[in-house]
Amino acid sequence: MNIPENLHYTETHEWCLLEGGMARIGITDYAQNELGDIVFVNLPEVGDEVVAGESFADVESVKAVSEVVSPVNGTVAEVNEELLDNPALVNEGAYDAWLIRVENAEIGMDVMDAAGYAAFCE
Amino acid sequence: MGSYLPSTPAEREDMLAAIGCESVDELYRNVPQGVRCGALDIPDGKSEMEVLSELTRMADNNTVLKSVFRGAGAYKRYIPSLVKTVTANEAFLTAYTPYQAEISQGVLQSIFEYQTMVCELTGMDVSNASLYDGASAAAEAVLMCGERKRTSVVVSGALHPETLETVLTYCAAHDVEVTLVPVVDGVTRPEDFAAAIDETTACALFQQPNFFGLLEDASALIEATHEAGAKSVMAVDPISLGLLATPGELGADVCVAEGQSLGLPLSFGGPYLGIIACKKALMRKLPGRIVGQTHDSAGNRAFVLTLQAREQHIRREKASSNICSNQALCALAAGVYLSCMGPHGIRQAASLSLSKAHYLAEQVCQVEGFARVFAGEFFNEFLTTCPIDPEELEERMAAHGILCGMPVGDKMLWCATEVNTKEEIDVMVRTLKEVL
Amino acid sequence: MKLVFELTRSGRGMSVLPGCDVPEYELDACWLHAEPPALPEVAEVDLDRHYRALSKEAFGVCDGFYPLGSCTMKYNPRVNEEAASLPGFVQLHPLQPESTVQGALEVLHTAGKLLGEITGMDAVTLQPAAGAHGEFTGVLLIKAYHEAAGDTARTKIIVPDSAHGTNPATATMVGFTTVNVPSNEEGGVDLDALRAAVGPDTAGLMLTNPNTLGIFDPNIEEITRIVHEAGGLCYYDGANLNPIMGIVRPGDMGFDCVHLNLHKTFSTPHGGGGPGAAAVGCKDFLAPFLPGPLVEQEGDSYRFVQPAQSIGRVKAFYGNFGVIVRALAYVLALGREGIPEAARMAVVNANYLMKRLEGAYHMAYPRPCMHEFVIDVGPLKEETGVSALDVAKRLLDFGIHPPTMYFPLIVHEALMVEPTETESRETLDAAADIFLRVYEEAREDGERLHGAPFTKRIGRPDETAAARNPLVRWMPGDE
Repeated sequence: MNIPENLHYTETHEWCLLEGGMARIGITDYAQNELGDIVFVNLPEVGDEVVAGESFADVESVKAVSEVVSPVNGTVAEVNEELLDNPALVNEGAYDAWLIRVENAEIGMDVMDAAGYAAFCE
Repeated sequence: MGSYLPSTPAEREDMLAAIGCESVDELYRNVPQGVRCGALDIPDGKSEMEVLSELTRMADNNTVLKSVFRGAGAYKRYIPSLVKTVTANEAFLTAYTPYQAEISQGVLQSIFEYQTMVCELTGMDVSNASLYDGASAAAEAVLMCGERKRTSVVVSGALHPETLETVLTYCAAHDVEVTLVPVVDGVTRPEDFAAAIDETTACALFQQPNFFGLLEDASALIEATHEAGAKSVMAVDPISLGLLATPGELGADVCVAEGQSLGLPLSFGGPYLGIIACKKALMRKLPGRIVGQTHDSAGNRAFVLTLQAREQHIRREKASSNICSNQALCALAAGVYLSCMGPHGIRQAASLSLSKAHYLAEQVCQVEGFARVFAGEFFNEFLTTCPIDPEELEERMAAHGILCGMPVGDKMLWCATEVNTKEEIDVMVRTLKEVL
Repeated sequence: MKLVFELTRSGRGMSVLPGCDVPEYELDACWLHAEPPALPEVAEVDLDRHYRALSKEAFGVCDGFYPLGSCTMKYNPRVNEEAASLPGFVQLHPLQPESTVQGALEVLHTAGKLLGEITGMDAVTLQPAAGAHGEFTGVLLIKAYHEAAGDTARTKIIVPDSAHGTNPATATMVGFTTVNVPSNEEGGVDLDALRAAVGPDTAGLMLTNPNTLGIFDPNIEEITRIVHEAGGLCYYDGANLNPIMGIVRPGDMGFDCVHLNLHKTFSTPHGGGGPGAAAVGCKDFLAPFLPGPLVEQEGDSYRFVQPAQSIGRVKAFYGNFGVIVRALAYVLALGREGIPEAARMAVVNANYLMKRLEGAYHMAYPRPCMHEFVIDVGPLKEETGVSALDVAKRLLDFGIHPPTMYFPLIVHEALMVEPTETESRETLDAAADIFLRVYEEAREDGERLHGAPFTKRIGRPDETAAARNPLVRWMPGDE
């Protein structure tokens, strides 16, 4: 299973990359594999507030829909519009296919490091 | 009597033995004795002949009025024979929702064709497979326009009253605030629309032609709505689109219609057909089933129910609508109807309705005490004054086999369609003079 | 197969309507559309053949066994169709004077009374067009009741995890939030979890009993008592009424309101997805909130009345009247003895089929069921890789409509089987043989079944492609 070292992880299978006050958030390789072929990603709008522990987007496969929970508090600075046209990018590379970038981001819930997440997924 | 059970009592005993049960009651052991009911207080069962005779008695206790000059949301129109033949086909009639695509291509393709025809007729990008009726379609349309910051709704007062009441029920359930725009000279004024819409308005709904049969200034109403940043929902009469500007070319975001006119009998108000179609940008907010085209692994064209993640069976409490069963067989009827009519026939149905209604208006208004209430242009319905209590008049006309205009307060709402011949109109007007 | 648009040749078509016998009226150009709609232009013979070809790729009840769980695909008697097509019903305008529609009002009144007796409810509306529409209506009654009592803190609807998706979706539509309660080991409601879930914020409980696992909850009286003692009301989802009609009534189990799917229990055809119809019944104290109009009998005549504190209409007119006529014909045919008789046979048939299959397939709840049972394909999948989907698709090759797949959600590889009472033992035996044959095939060559069905014109459609790039209408030039 692909679990990069430099990211934070949640029990609901989101990853978060913190760079200064900015965060990128996506779903993990494990999550995309469980969902199967992703057919649509519902994204928030730039300027929306995200709250740690609360859902900000959802990801649809043919027969399921899964909410995406933010590990951080902050404001949406950018959404990955490429995913609207090509949701398959999430299946192809879960850690490249970030959903949103958050500014003034601070982690607001319990997160795991790569080793912790790997153990969690066992 | 008959329960449509193939098994004889002896066979049932054999089956129980195979199950390993002494009696059927053993299978009901989870049902507490205290709550079981005794014999129901309903009549004994009947043979097929008795059932039909009982329902025929009830049917005969209705008066079918041969001449109909009343619409108000339900229209007597000509239904091509082929429509009835196709919808009576057992496979179409009794099939379940086409979840098993490999054995349901016929149903799926017929819905895909229906969706295409609705898009053609309305000028919109996407249609669903149908909703319950025009009134509930209007309610669903209003709700699908809701956004986080725009939650309230503006509605024209010239909407069909039952559509309005349905919209109010759905909105009250959702705690959505509704502002009613008053009617002036029988129509909705764009300036009143503009004044009612603010930054919290999700959408504004109006009807074309409106309840009084009048043509609204649709492009001005839509423009006023868009200027304030809200979405425009337009309710239409599908037959009128054989002539009138489509919601698509006028710029509406969502279009709804009562589809009964498209090949469905009056049938005392149902089953009818809820048509809903929208711009592409709203596709994923559209409630109900949608059929899409795809292919199988060998590359054959195939149709499936698609975008299912919108729906209640997947999204559950996050779904924006709970609809599952719709009016598929009625949508099939509409598809066959539109195929029979073609572009020429639908225009002819619209144009005949228009001309007959104008002739009817001219004739009725020559009778003393009848005059049009509003001056505006109309399609195939119009409101007149009435020299006596309209409810008294309708009873007198009914005695002559005529369903005259509908009482609306002390006024009367008249309607003509392609089925009303000149002779029938003339007879009706003569009768009108006689009974007054 | 060609689309009707691909059969179009410009200038072809039918001659349906006559010429104009009154002066032709023309609208000012400002009202008119720019271009006519591109509807099909096809000769009648080719249209007739087109729809015949489509009908051959539809699977109706007369095409074969239809054990679709929770959908109650029983036989749809032909006499019901004939009754519904009587001119005295079909040609009736919904806004005719009451004096001219007494027979239609009698239909509504009689159907309401009979269904009220079957459910143990005091008042019934037939306005809702389908089951989910009935749920919306019924839960709105609950909301209106609490609001009228000034009890605005009640905002939560309790739903078991085995519930149909419509239940939580309905709660949301009515502005309530959903509280899910887990099932216990027997597949019923976990009473401790229910006790923990209820409180001053409980508006009500929505429950299907027997539930979607085909199990009648023996604690039903305790369940409704717990909800009532907390001040909530109990809503009965009548999707699964078939096995208990005439034997136990929702009203006697402690439910305050109920919807029935006339297109399930009361034999009206499904029409490829509708029209259905729902009856919503309620106890006296909820009756003032029902949608209007209702029909009242006065001596020999009937009239419409408006309930005092109505929630308002949920659609125009009086419901799917033509469907209601069919359901009435069915109830009249079965009558007092026939109704519980049909229920019992539905239960016998389901248990018989389960017995025939349980040596091979794993049952999610291996004990006697009511009208349906759930096969858990999980163990077979673990052994052979063959999923519930694969089994379902292989059944298509043998002319059986597959059971409901992947529902209820609490059984991951679920096949939910509901044979209904209108199937003979031979049909059940033949179906069991086929189910068992597919089981053997799975164990011999599981890999092969991923490609099923093998005998249909098309194979499994690519649903991912359909959802990623939605093509939801035909465009000129498409092929």
